[in-house]
Amino acid sequence: MAGTAVLGRVTWRSATVVELRDETATARTIALAVRDWPGHIAGQHVDVRLTAPDGYSAVRSYSIASAPNSDGRIEITVERLPNGEVSPYLTKELMVGDDLELRGPIGGWFVWRRDQTEPIQLVAGGSGIVPLMAMIRSRASGSSTAPFRLLYSVREPAVVFYRNELQALSDQDHSVIVTYGYTRVAPKGSPRPPGRIDATLIATGIWPSNLGPTSYVCGPTSFVENATDLLIAAGHGRENIRTERFGATGERK
Amino acid sequence: MSAPMNYLDGNAAAGELSRIFAMDITCAEGQCANCGSKRRFAEAHLYVQCPGLVARCALCGHVLLRFVNTQQRIFLDLRGMTYLTLNTTQQQEASN
Repeated sequence: MAGTAVLGRVTWRSATVVELRDETATARTIALAVRDWPGHIAGQHVDVRLTAPDGYSAVRSYSIASAPNSDGRIEITVERLPNGEVSPYLTKELMVGDDLELRGPIGGWFVWRRDQTEPIQLVAGGSGIVPLMAMIRSRASGSSTAPFRLLYSVREPAVVFYRNELQALSDQDHSVIVTYGYTRVAPKGSPRPPGRIDATLIATGIWPSNLGPTSYVCGPTSFVENATDLLIAAGHGRENIRTERFGATGERK
Repeated sequence: MSAPMNYLDGNAAAGELSRIFAMDITCAEGQCANCGSKRRFAEAHLYVQCPGLVARCALCGHVLLRFVNTQQRIFLDLRGMTYLTLNTTQQQEASN
C-alpha cells in the first residue's frame, strides 16, 4: 500500500490500550489500538497527549517499538522518570481499556525501510533501544536479509529491554548480532569491565566501515555525540550516520 | 562548542511542526543563513527549555528556526535558513 498517506496530515487520533507488559522494574510496554492508523515505518515516533480535567495538557514523544503491520496496532515502551510529569502515569496508572490521544507517525529521516539492503549498524544508549528494536523487528518480520548488528550500551543487566527476544533473534534466526556494553555493572564473566562506550567497544562491536553500513544512533544527547564521534573516528562517514537524541532525562520535551 | 549538551534534535520538533508543514520536516534539507552548510532538519540541534522551540545549526550554532505556540497563535521565524528543500517523492508507505 505504498503512498497511501503521501499528503495525509499528521493529526491527533484516539488510541485504546490493549495490552501492558513490564520490560524492567521501571519500564513498561504499552500496546495501543489506534483508530484509522495509516501504518508506520520502523524508527518513527508518536506524540502522546494527556489532558487533565481542568484542560491542562502535556505532550511527550515516544518511539514506536513494534514492527510495521497492517492491523492498526502499535507498541511504545516508556521508561518511568522519577520526577516525570507523564511517564509515572503511563507506567503505573494506565490500564487496559484506557484511551490516549496520539499524533503520528512522525519523522521520515530516522527510519529503516525494508528495501534497504546495506549492512545496518544500530547503536543504542539506554532506552534509545526502542526505535532500533522496531527496525530489528521490521527486518525479522519481513523478507529482508540485510545484515544487522546492534551495540547496546546500558547501565546494568537488570535494565536491558527486550532481552529474551533479542537473544532469540540472535540465536535462532541470526537476524541480528548483539553486543552489550555495560556502563555501571557488568554480568559475571563479561569480557569487558563496566565503562562508557569507547573506541575498543566500537572496534569490536560494529561493522567495519569498509562494508559501507548505515548507522542509526539513538540515546541521550551526550551518548549520541560520543558514539557519533567514535564512529567517525573509526572511519564511518557522517553522511551514513543517522541520529536521534533524547534529553538527559529521557524525555524529549 | 563547550555549551552543555542540553539540546535534542530536529526529530523532536517534527510533531509540533506537522501543524504547519503537510510534508515531513525531518527529511527536509535546509541551508544555514550564517555558515551556508546544508543539513537535514533532523540534524539541527533543538532547544526546548524556553517558551517555544529553537533549532540551531549543528555546525555553527546559528538560530535556524523559532516556533512559539500560545494556544491562540503560532509564531514561526524561519529567517535563519536561506532555503528549505522538501522531497515530494518521500512517501509514508503503509505497512508491508
